[in-house]
Amino acid sequence: MKQIVGYCDRWSAQPGDTIRVMVSTYGPKRFQAGLVRVICGDDRPLGPGFKEQPVAVPWQGEYPGRTQTNPTGSYVRVPASDSLTRISSFTVQTWVFATTPHQGRQALIAKWDRARSEGFALSIGADGASEIRVGDGAGAVASLSSGVPLLAERWYRLTASYDAASGRLALEQCPQFKLPGQASRVESRTGPMHALGACSLPLTMAALPDPTGDRWASDYFNGKLDSPRLAAHALDAASLADALSSGQPPSELLVGWWDFALDMRGDGVTDRSGYGNHGETINLPSRACKGWNWDGSQHDWRVAPHQYGAIHFHDDDLSDAGWSPDITFTVPQTWRSAVYAIKLEAGDDVTYLPLFVRPPADTATSPLALLASTATYLAYANSRITLHVDFAEIRRGHVLAYDAEEAFLQEHGEIGLSTYDTHSDGSGVRYSSRLRPILTTGLRTRVWNFNADTHLIAWLEHLGLAFDVITDEDLEREGLALLSRYRTVITGTHPEYWSTKMWSALAAYQQTSGRFMYLGGNGFYWRAAFHPTRAGVLEIRRCGAAAKYWDEEPGEYHLAFTGELGGLWRRCGQPPQTLVGIGTRATGFDRSSYYRFTAAANDARAAFMLEGISTQERLGDFGSIGGGASGLEIDAADFALGTPPHALIIASSEQHSPDMMFAPEEILFQHSMMSGEDNPQVRADVVFYETVGGGAVFAVGSIAWCASLAHDDYRNNVARLMANVLRRFLSPEPFVFRPGAEWREPPHASRAIPASVRLPGAAGGS
Amino acid sequence: MYRIDPDRIDLVEAFKSQPFGPHAAEVKRMLNRLRWGSMQDRLVLVCVERHRRWVLGRLSGRRDRPIELDRSAQFTNLAQAEWEIFKRRWQQHTGRSLAGRVTEPAYDSSLGAARR
Repeated sequence: MKQIVGYCDRWSAQPGDTIRVMVSTYGPKRFQAGLVRVICGDDRPLGPGFKEQPVAVPWQGEYPGRTQTNPTGSYVRVPASDSLTRISSFTVQTWVFATTPHQGRQALIAKWDRARSEGFALSIGADGASEIRVGDGAGAVASLSSGVPLLAERWYRLTASYDAASGRLALEQCPQFKLPGQASRVESRTGPMHALGACSLPLTMAALPDPTGDRWASDYFNGKLDSPRLAAHALDAASLADALSSGQPPSELLVGWWDFALDMRGDGVTDRSGYGNHGETINLPSRACKGWNWDGSQHDWRVAPHQYGAIHFHDDDLSDAGWSPDITFTVPQTWRSAVYAIKLEAGDDVTYLPLFVRPPADTATSPLALLASTATYLAYANSRITLHVDFAEIRRGHVLAYDAEEAFLQEHGEIGLSTYDTHSDGSGVRYSSRLRPILTTGLRTRVWNFNADTHLIAWLEHLGLAFDVITDEDLEREGLALLSRYRTVITGTHPEYWSTKMWSALAAYQQTSGRFMYLGGNGFYWRAAFHPTRAGVLEIRRCGAAAKYWDEEPGEYHLAFTGELGGLWRRCGQPPQTLVGIGTRATGFDRSSYYRFTAAANDARAAFMLEGISTQERLGDFGSIGGGASGLEIDAADFALGTPPHALIIASSEQHSPDMMFAPEEILFQHSMMSGEDNPQVRADVVFYETVGGGAVFAVGSIAWCASLAHDDYRNNVARLMANVLRRFLSPEPFVFRPGAEWREPPHASRAIPASVRLPGAAGGS
Repeated sequence: MYRIDPDRIDLVEAFKSQPFGPHAAEVKRMLNRLRWGSMQDRLVLVCVERHRRWVLGRLSGRRDRPIELDRSAQFTNLAQAEWEIFKRRWQQHTGRSLAGRVTEPAYDSSLGAARR
């Protein structure tokens, strides 16, 4: 069982950068720390063999262990100010859309000191009804409940007021769409309490301040808030509405007029009252959400931001665990670019934290770069698919067998979710941050993403080829300038998530003589966005037909961080075939299959790849994942979707299992030919084509591909083909393509006809 | 809707002979029926000694709850574990035990190792 976890404040670093390592132990009082260079993290008996190379560092040794806590739960915090602290009478109003109204007390807007029972708090009570509490900090507390529990996922306008002069407390609960018994207006006298306590804590929304607690706040709210306001007078809802009808209320009326439709790309919360009571969101609640007034006429928040004035809060959001560092060190100039890992050991447990060390700034130390798919690692961070998804066992084709990491994730929701999961209220997780322990990016863990990519590292080590390591986050920040330092760039097994900046940089690289090897499957699939200011935070919107575990809210398909349409790149009009020649065709996790060479493998343009290989052989009829090189998630060429007309499809896989099924975007209407057992379109393609300026692209179309490299101690046709391609791609000799008979006429088939309903050989087929 | 015929011991034998497939269509259909269901009370395996030993577990279907372990049911072979869970599910679905109706298999420990 896991006894130690941790994280670094960086994944990518270059010499001179300072790294902070945060650690938490569960039981052991001490832990050991050290550094290794990663060669192969796959420790399965049938794998290539686990291999790490210890690196001596001055900070290696024993450290005291401790358990650090995670402050999950999102909310808004507005710093205390004179204008907020001095109010006595007040009116507080907000639109609320509760997703779990019966999950106990949940704060909506509060300036409340729990220890002193001072201030006010508008909340959902334990019974699910709205309530207002006031306290004078001297022992007098009054509260008032609407007495009518809120219905889940319905908008209500709540207005509460307190008149210090009369002691009158009032609360109005007004549903947006009238339903029998849902409206409520209650009023009471508070008795002897005539002064609202001057609570000095920040004002909060969607949580109560709780400075003495582990998470700083408590009483987290699940759901959306829109248009919260605070007036320094006791008003009823109608009077407040009248005052706001001009669009600019009198300055003496409101001390807080928070407009969530502003600053939607970041963490800011803007106060339009003129008092400057601006706030910030904590733990990345969802922005660019439909507000109470969304009328369905617009689906892009940039076009009608006033209809997207809601923030969706979750009690399990987490952006930064904020742990105290246990180790701090600077990357020495002497470290070569490579994948390293901080090795942490406690009790009988070991945890590895990856560190991708780049060459010194603005330099390359090899003509070859491995682009680590950190955006994908981030999207999957702490994925609980196999723990939460009912059909997970059906998809795997065997009983679910959990490793220590998954058993830990089942018990520790507080370390945050992945973008494959849903929040506790059922809504999809859109954001993932690496500033928290991530159990899915270690060595000796399940062979997927990062750990599967170490098969490629092991093969490069076996060849004795030097390479630099760069990451998606580096590409996002530096663009083409980063790629252009290299003659050849290679991916890992699963480069699934791409931001627009990353995509554009790669497209430009291919237009400027770059050579690119896509060595996995399901790549270039989802459009993602990095946070505009926070490093290491990714956003996804799971919209449209796609392989996905939750479905995006209609009307919220546009990313908050950039405003771009989210979803598949294919649905954004840029299929992966336009970038790398192939794109996702099918997924299946029970077993893998092999490729068969096509007639195109005999083309003179492909001769360099096939030295020492007979095209009569099955390609990759072996491998440590499912027994074949084509498996898990596979990609195929499709000229209708943008595979370049001169691309050579040198091999295609066949004989897939009934569990290898078309990806949803490849289906128009269901029929009985949906799997690899029946439909020959369920296949992976190995593709090669030349680009302009002497460049070229090689793509293999399978996540399982690299798990075949080490078969028979690297003496096999997958490893041979790869070595042939890579050596040629590293040669300065330009690739030249002269259009001739090979140039395939662009097909006339519509892009809207997906593979599952296209017969082989038909126009647009492949 | 398809229901498992408790007299189809031939399907049981077919599964037993190749617990990780490939399976004939009829066997696959039976397995899908046994595997379909919510996470609540689902039988799973939890690795307690990496790549060497697994314990039978049961999910609660609720978040943040530890997986309930049955340490009396331990396996050093994934195929054996698959067979054990199959037998339990078969009895639950058909109401009939397989005890005495099929012989117990002896699996090679490498079976099922080519999974990730």
